[in-house]
This record gives sequence, structure tokens and C-alpha cells, in this order.
Amino acid sequence: MNERNDLLVALAGQQNAGKSTLFNMLTGARQHVANYPGVTVDKKYGQYSDTEGVVRTVDLPGTYSLTSFSLEERVARDFLIQERPDVTINVVDGSNLHRSLHLTLQILEMELPVVLALNMMDVAEGRGLAIDQAALSTRLGLPVVRTVGRKGEGRAPLRTAIRALAAADKPQTTKFPVTYGPLEPDLVALTQAIQTTPELTGMPARWLALKLLECDAQAATWVRERLEPAQAEPLLEQAAALSATFERNNGLDVSDHLVSCRERAVSNLLDGVTTDPESGRPTLTDRIDRVLLNRLAAPAFLVLTVFLIYQIAIVWGYELTNYTWPILAKTRELIAGVLPEAGFLVDPYTRSMGLWLVDSANTLLNYVPIFLILFALIAMLEDSGYMARIAFILDKVLHRFGLHGQSTLPLILGGVFAGGCAVPGVMATKGIPDNRARMATILTVPFMNCLAKVPLYTLLLGIFFVEDKSLMMFYISTMTIIFALLVSKLLTKTVLRGEETSPFVMELPTYHLPTVSGVLRRAFERTWIYIKKVGTIVVAVAVVVFTLLQFPGVPEERMAEFEHRGEAAVVAFERAMAGNAYQRLATAEHIGPLVNYYNDYKRAKLNASGAEGSRAVNARFEQRNPEYYPLVSRPKGDKDARKANRYLRKLSSERKSIRREMKEERITNSLLGMIGRSMEPVTQFAGFDWKINVALLSSFAARESSVATLGVLFQQDEDQNASLEERMGAETMAGGATALLGTAIILFFALYPPCLATTVMVKVQTGSYKWMIFSIVFPTLLGLGVASAVYSIGLATGTSGIAMMSWTYFSALALLLILGFLGGRSGRNLRSTSVDSTETGEVRA
Amino acid sequence: MPKSPERPALTLNDIRPGRRARIRRHLARGAVRQRLMDLGLMPNVEVILVRSAPLGDPIELKLEATSLTLRRREASTIEIFDDE
Repeated sequence: MNERNDLLVALAGQQNAGKSTLFNMLTGARQHVANYPGVTVDKKYGQYSDTEGVVRTVDLPGTYSLTSFSLEERVARDFLIQERPDVTINVVDGSNLHRSLHLTLQILEMELPVVLALNMMDVAEGRGLAIDQAALSTRLGLPVVRTVGRKGEGRAPLRTAIRALAAADKPQTTKFPVTYGPLEPDLVALTQAIQTTPELTGMPARWLALKLLECDAQAATWVRERLEPAQAEPLLEQAAALSATFERNNGLDVSDHLVSCRERAVSNLLDGVTTDPESGRPTLTDRIDRVLLNRLAAPAFLVLTVFLIYQIAIVWGYELTNYTWPILAKTRELIAGVLPEAGFLVDPYTRSMGLWLVDSANTLLNYVPIFLILFALIAMLEDSGYMARIAFILDKVLHRFGLHGQSTLPLILGGVFAGGCAVPGVMATKGIPDNRARMATILTVPFMNCLAKVPLYTLLLGIFFVEDKSLMMFYISTMTIIFALLVSKLLTKTVLRGEETSPFVMELPTYHLPTVSGVLRRAFERTWIYIKKVGTIVVAVAVVVFTLLQFPGVPEERMAEFEHRGEAAVVAFERAMAGNAYQRLATAEHIGPLVNYYNDYKRAKLNASGAEGSRAVNARFEQRNPEYYPLVSRPKGDKDARKANRYLRKLSSERKSIRREMKEERITNSLLGMIGRSMEPVTQFAGFDWKINVALLSSFAARESSVATLGVLFQQDEDQNASLEERMGAETMAGGATALLGTAIILFFALYPPCLATTVMVKVQTGSYKWMIFSIVFPTLLGLGVASAVYSIGLATGTSGIAMMSWTYFSALALLLILGFLGGRSGRNLRSTSVDSTETGEVRA
Repeated sequence: MPKSPERPALTLNDIRPGRRARIRRHLARGAVRQRLMDLGLMPNVEVILVRSAPLGDPIELKLEATSLTLRRREASTIEIFDDE
């Protein structure tokens, strides 16, 4: 591996030690985030070059220790043992040296060359803490470098230390600072047994012996993998016997004994190395927390924070898209110009498909400003240390319903109140340490109000609930969290029952002022991941939906009819133009391009802002085709041009209406339409006809398309200029639909399965297709069940839509409160530990 | 060990905010125990119960330079010395 003297360097350290910042400082911007094979833990790697070659650097997951209990620890440990990096940088928090050194000792036991990076020394020194680096270095027998990752201090010395250590022949690690007292004879015996087994060379013998004595499951697996059973079993039996004897003789678990020996070693190491004059005095963090975590003030600060995120990212961010949307619209125009020109009635597939793809991508890219702001704010919350406090404040409520304090962030991103996106929401579940709660969070985040659900709600409220708009809006924006909590409780008690759980034990980090570069880097990184991951999916799905909508297409005899009508319109135009000064343009070769030119011009004028923009459009079109130009610009005094313009408008509108009818016909006959109709027997109980089915199906690709599809399905007649609300209202009302149908659709949409992009993220985060499919099937059944129940009961009892909505809302709320109350009770009975002192504690207090 | 069968040993769940306590032993096993130890909650270590969350659970502990938070359920598996 090292021909050009290239190095492999790993960064290991505890959470909150500033490992990632140091990694960024060391490697610069060029880095790569991937998953470790088979698991969902991030693998971040980057590299830098120095005079001697390339240094590949891997940022291992932050771990407190190197046991095999948690996924992160197993990943970090596997990497260190199997890849044997040339140098391991152990990043430690300078102000928390005591605890950090436990990990250092464990890495040293793995016989790896280690550089100790004393990070965040500015914070430590600010608190008056002094560390005698030279003494620490001598005692540990390793190079110690002072760094302040956030400010980029210590990069050169760290790089030098890496090189120096890599160049040294067989370095420091032969000296072990930890001796394990009464366990030492057993340890030596087992180490020798391992050393004399040739298949186990390359494994750090003493470390492996320790792990076997601890009865570490993974270490036993390694031994079994490398040795024949005849060899492995005696070794494992020897270890188990020694461990059992030790525990019997000393009344102490081997792993507890190891921890306390390391603790003693660390205390000895640090004796005289650190001086902390201010120990015990309240730090700045303590003083901030006294306010922010105050029993009464904490909820207020929390609500304020969430409100600010919502206001800045969603409300203002949405306003920002008013400025970014024209850029996307312009891009679409540019691409439309490159694609083959539109036909009179039927467009070439390359064109319709190309524009379909651009539109799909644009709906996605339109949210980029919102996400940039949202991710930047979230990064600030995380870096400052407040995010951990949010988890602290909310854990009790969330935990009662199977979620976790750290579910807050995913739920906020998903859009607790109104507006968010489930994709980053599901992405953000990565940090939740409790697997069951993490799964519950992943499966409930999609119930939040994503930005793309809002247009359909607005449409339905406009049709069915004109008078009760604000009440319905209140229901919609608050019921999502009610449903999410109920669903989470349900899933936790059923399908997620067997998932691994872990306790809520978390460090509350010291407050830091977030740095601009750190926040921006994270915001851009996450936005980019969003664009990359979602972008590819959306484009792929867009192709599928396009195909489903396009085929088998309009039946031949109907097509002939449309063509006939088209020809009639053209003939009418030609006849009207007879004798007109521009008659030469009313020929077969000109008419098609002329109509396209006319439409392009109108669209360009519509998008142009101000008189100046309008003039620019004129100039552009005059240049594009001076011959056609008078027909669209209608110069003053040119009567023939004005007349021709009128005929052209008529032709264009006739063409539009034929095309719209064709589109409807195409969708009706399309595969998606067939699917929608075939679902009617089931969906009729919820009151959904095939049109609504198609809209709901297409919204699976992207929520936005539900409204667009409805727009196509509820066509307007030629001269009718009604809004979609009026059209859909009139048509569905005529079919006997009432506000009850509106309620059913809204409820179904609230419980609707996540869009495809989200389900893909579910796959990424859960690592299994099984859960991805579950995340689609379960909400569909649930949504359909609820919508059917509400619709059927409402129909049978003659209850109005708004009343049914109130009933549903308050039933769900009541259920939530009951469960919340009972959850608290039964939580105690569930406890498996021997001591139950919650009640005794309360009695005594 | 509890002093008498009627009175279970004191745990971190039983003390009021502001109180100091010295850890006696863990009742939890496996991963939970390891995690608690990793975070510094080792026998004989002294901690202060800083506060409980606005809803009463979880609680915040301070030991040396670090602040930790854990649920009452876990806190009740950490026995403390009854010496104060």
C-alpha cells in the first residue's frame, strides 16, 4: 500500500470532541461521505498531500469506548483492527481529558501508533485549565499536539507528527500504561496462548485476550472465523473459565474490573499533569442553562426556537423562491428552445418527455433555497449545543409514544406545523441512538405536513370548506402530530416490538458559538446530498409516471376525430386570412411554427417583469422572426395585422382545447387511469372516484403533481374561464359529492404514504427494502381505512364534512391523551430491573 | 447491597436537584451498563443532580466537567451511597 509513502490515517475520538472539525481542518474541502458496507453509519474520508505522498484520512464514528455493544463502536473497532491504519489520531476534548483518556488507553491496547490531538484547547484554557503537554506525552509515550479545530490551529504540527510517527520504526506502543491487578496472571496466560497460535498473528494479542476475558461476542466470532473449531473452542473455553474464576474470586465482573483499572490508570496519568483552579465553579454553560433549561422558561424558549425556524426557513425561504423561480423558469425555456418544436396537435416524444423531466426537476430544485436556510439553521442549533437541550426538554412526551428526545429534529424538518420535507427529516434520524425509536421516527416523519401537501389542502379548502377555512387549517396543521404520535405508539407496540432499544443517556455539550464556515459547510453538504439523492430518484420516477400516463395513448378513431377538428380549425384560419396582407403566412408550412411563435411570445410576455423586460421580449422576438413579428405585436395602424392576430388567437385557443381534450382522453385510457378505475371498488367507500385515485397515485411520485393532475382531469370547456376550484367543485357536487368527500380526501392525504423520494430515503436509513415497502403499504391501508370509515359513517348518519372532521380530530386527540396518561402508568410496570424506585422516590421527596 | 430488605438502596432517581451523590454500583447490565460507565458514571465517582427536565424526566447530572442527561428509568438502576 505504501509505495509512494502514502499513508492511511484514522481519526478516532469521543462524540463532541470536535473530531469532524479536525477532520475538515486536516483534509480541506475534498471529502467523501459514504456508508460503511452493510450498515447505515457514515464513513467520511478525505485526503491531503504532503511532500512525501498522499495521506488518506478516515473519520471514524464518534465512540466513547471500543466495545461491541453499539454499531458505531463495532464499525470503529473493525476499521482499526482490520485496516490497521498507519497512524491513528485520537482526538480528545482538552477540557474533558479524564474521560477521554479511557478511549486512548483502549486504542493503545490495540497496538496502534497514536497521535493525541488535544482539541478545543481554547475552551479549556478559557476555563483556566492548564495541561502539561510534555508530561502527558512522556507518561503516555505518544506525541501530543495542541489543536483548536474550529479556528484551524494546529494543522501543521499535526501533519508533522503524523509523518514523524509513521517514519519511526516500530514505535511507542509496546509500553502498556494499564496493568490489571489480580487479572494480570490470567491475561498473560491467555496472551501467550494467542501468541503461540500462528493463525492469530497480526491480531494484537493482549487486546484480544482482554476482549475474550470480557466475553466480547464479536471477539469470539473472530477467533472462530480464523481457527478450526478444534483449535478455537479450547481457546474460548480457556478464556471463559478464567473469566468465570476471576468473577467468582473477586466478586466483580471482568469488564467492570477493566474499567476501574483504566480509571485508576487515568487518574495516575493525570496526577500533576492538569491543574484546574476553577473546578467546581459554574461555567458559562451552567449559567446559560440556568435560564434556558429553567422549568418555566424552557418551553417558551423551545416554542420560540421552533417558531423562528419555521418563520425564517419556511416563510421567508418561500418568499425567496419567488426570486429563484424565474431562474428555473428561464432554464426551462432554454431547454424548450433546444428540444424539437411542438407539433400542432401531437408533440414529439423527446419534447414532451424532456419538458416533463425538466418540470419534475424544477419542482424539486424550487425548494433548494428553503433547504439551504433550514439546514444552516439546524447546523447552528447543533453546533451551539442547543439541539441536545431540545431533546432533553421533549424526551418525556416523545418517549411516551415510542419516540425519542432526538426525534424532535426530524419532526421539525418534516414539517410539524406546516411546511417541511420528509426527505431531510428521515435523513436526520441518523443521530437517534435508540434503534426502535429511530425506526418509529423514520416511519412517522412522513405524516408531517410536507410543503407539497399544502397546495392540495388549499384547493380542497377552497372547494368544500369556504366558511370553515381557518378551523380546517387549524385541524390540518395540528392533527399531523397527533396522528404521528398515535401511529408511533401503535408501531412500537406491534411491528417494532422486537427492535433493539437503548437507554437515553446523552451528554449535554458545552455551548459553542457556531462558526460561519462550519455552518455553511454543513448546509451545503446536506443540500447537495438532498439534490443528489432525491434528484436521481425523481427523474427516474418521472420517466415511469410519464410512461404510465402516455400509454397506450388515445384510441385511433378518437385520434382521427381530433385531427379532423384540428384541420377544420386550420381551414377556418386560412379562410379568414383570405385577402389579408399577411395571407402568405397562412400556409401549411407557416401555420405550425406561427402558432408556436405566438404562444412562446405570450408566455415570454407573461414572465417578463416591468416595461423594460417587456421591451426586451419584443426585441428578442422581432429578431427571432421579423416576418411573424407584426402578427404578435399588432403595430398601430396595421389593421390587417390586428385582424390576423385575432384569428391567430382563435386558432391557438381551439388548438389548446383540442390538446386538452386529447390529454384527458390519454389519461383516461392510460395505464394509470386503468389502475385508478380498477381501484374504484375499494376506494368508493371513501368516496374517491377514479379521477381522485389517479391524482392520488400520481402524487406518490411527487406531491405537487396531485393538484396538476386534478387540473387536467377537471378540464374546462372552451369559453368557460373558471378556476380549478369552481370546476372541480361544480363537477363533484353534481356527482353528489359533499364536503364529506373533502374531509375524506384530506384525511387520506394526511396519512398518505411518503412520496417516492422519501421512501428511498427510508430504504437508505433503515437499510432494508422490507421497511421501505412497509412505509408505503401501511399508511395506504391506514389512510384508506380512516377515510372510508369517516366517509361511510358520515354518509350513513348524514353528518356534514366539517362535523366529521371535528369528530375525527377530537377522537384522535382523546385517544392520544388517554394513551399518554396510560403510557406513563404502564411504563413502570414494564420495567424489568429489580429496583423500582420511581414511586418510593416520590414518596420520600 | 441494601441495608435491610424493607428499604431498597438509594438510587440516583431518589435525590433532589442540587444534591451530591457518590455512585455505589450499577444494576443495569450489558450495553446500558457499559454506556453509563463510558460516560463516566463509574463506582465511587461523585455526581451532582443538576435539574430535571420541565416535565420531570429526564434528569441532568454533572460530573467533573461534563453534563449528562438520562431518563429516570436508567437513573433508578444506579445505586448511590447513603452517606449524606
